[in-house]
Amino acid sequence: MKLHNISINNLRRRKAKMAFLTIGLMVGIATIVTLVTLTKSMSSDIERKMDEFGANILITPQSNDLSMSYGGISLGGVTFDQREIREEDLAKITSIKNNKNISTVSPKVLGGVRVAEKDILLVGVNFDSELKMKQWWQIFGEAPKNEGEVLLGSDAAKALNVMSGDTVEIKGEKFKVAGVLDQTGSQDDALVFAPLMKAQKLLGKEGRITLVEVAALCAGCPIGDMVVQIAEKLPEAKVSAIQQVVESRLHALDQFSRFSYGVAAVVVFIGALIVFVTMMGSVNERTTEIGVFRAIGFRRSHIMRIILLEAVLVSLLAGLLGYASGMGAAKLTLPIMAEGKNAVLIWDSTVAFGSIALALVVGVLASLYPALHASKMDPTEALRAL
Amino acid sequence: MALIEISNLKKYYVSGDDTVEALRGVDIAIEAGEFITIMGQSGSGKSTLLSVLGGMNHPTEGEVEMAGVKLYDLSGEKLADFRAGNLGFVFQSFHLIPYLTAMENVMLPLAIANMKGAQKRGAAKEALERVGLGNKVDRLPNQLSGGEQERVAIARAIVNSPHILLADEPTGNLDSKTSEEVMGLFRELNQTGQTVVMVTHNAENCQYADRTIQLKDGMVV
Repeated sequence: MKLHNISINNLRRRKAKMAFLTIGLMVGIATIVTLVTLTKSMSSDIERKMDEFGANILITPQSNDLSMSYGGISLGGVTFDQREIREEDLAKITSIKNNKNISTVSPKVLGGVRVAEKDILLVGVNFDSELKMKQWWQIFGEAPKNEGEVLLGSDAAKALNVMSGDTVEIKGEKFKVAGVLDQTGSQDDALVFAPLMKAQKLLGKEGRITLVEVAALCAGCPIGDMVVQIAEKLPEAKVSAIQQVVESRLHALDQFSRFSYGVAAVVVFIGALIVFVTMMGSVNERTTEIGVFRAIGFRRSHIMRIILLEAVLVSLLAGLLGYASGMGAAKLTLPIMAEGKNAVLIWDSTVAFGSIALALVVGVLASLYPALHASKMDPTEALRAL
Repeated sequence: MALIEISNLKKYYVSGDDTVEALRGVDIAIEAGEFITIMGQSGSGKSTLLSVLGGMNHPTEGEVEMAGVKLYDLSGEKLADFRAGNLGFVFQSFHLIPYLTAMENVMLPLAIANMKGAQKRGAAKEALERVGLGNKVDRLPNQLSGGEQERVAIARAIVNSPHILLADEPTGNLDSKTSEEVMGLFRELNQTGQTVVMVTHNAENCQYADRTIQLKDGMVV
């Protein structure tokens, strides 16, 4: 018989009380686990979805010349064909330290061409990466599949008076209009998109790239770091973060996290109150028992150890059950909350250990005053009979 | 020198403007091996005297010296240690811990003792056998009769071989036949050298004692 036997036997033989205490704390921990896991899983889902909304890093040539606008973004020296990025430099982008955060690299070559007596900007793109990056594109017709096909922006198609299936002539070569973009409201509406290599040939820029758009995954959003890393690899280029996109992503995630942690804090507080009230009630109910302990020679510290050990055992159990049930709830809720079946539940060991540690901290802190109160009980008062 | 020496013991309870003089200068000496009963009417101060003797109720004035130790010179925690090593308590309502078996209840005072588990179990088994409950060690208190619960309480009080066994109305909740058995048990324990100090209002219990101290209005008469 040791002090811990008293705590264990009390919990074992007062199952209803123990269950109430455990459930009280467990619900709190489960809610936190669910919210944190949902936040993490949904953040990851949101990041993935947001990455589909375009680039957040732009690589352009270094130039002091007049700039050309590309959707409000300055493209240094594009017009004047200066120091363009070389195609072999593209491999360097994917060799940076944070390369795991790179989702898509979309190189482009730009140049003005005359089509049907109209000046139009021709953009050579790698259609696979371009379509991955611009998933909002609606194409009437199809995306170009070979070097003899082009894709037209809606305004460009109107200006040239062509539809998908028609033919346009660029620099003496005939191209089939594979598809026409639905209006995007962006610079894309006025452009003619051709396969990268073909455009390079047409513009006389073989092996050269005018600009590179990079979509970076926003896990932790190390965009600033990535910009520095790419700039180190490409000293000839100007690398800039598209701050608006980065900041809006961060803002959306931050708001969601703050809401979740706010709710979690309230739930923890309620859990702590339940533990406090139940432990206090338990101590008051056990007044006589504590009086007996004190009468037979238990020190105050012994009484505190008995009460706190009970709190530790209950909290540990509540932490384990709370984690398990919280993850279960998150698994059930995620498909509804994430509005899609692609969201993946994130199993994080930090959440597992964190929830158990939190249960212990909350359980023990909430039991500290009841334990202190118990240890200070006057044995004569407690026993009354004496 | 007597085992217990109480000199000029006074205990006043102050509540607002009222002061209740529970003990008004009590002098008692109790020798080792004595069986003492303390008698008195309700409010005579006998329970206060027992709680002061048990090191749980600081006197307003006077001294309690037990086995050469001035009890109330000890700090709170040292006083708890003294109780653990030297005193055994039997309470009127038994006050067994409801979620512990008879064996575990008896082992309770040993939970804080520096002894091996087997030694503790051996001592508890022996104490339960002394009170005639060697065959009910695994019963919970609610599975025992009143008399049996009283015996477990006595076994718990003697398991650490205390110098003094203090009992507060131990037969107060028992029928007359069970009371006789319990008093016989106290007598047997006393005959093995155990000092017993018992508070009772039942005059019949006094026949088992070596000496009876009568209290009236907080004084020995």
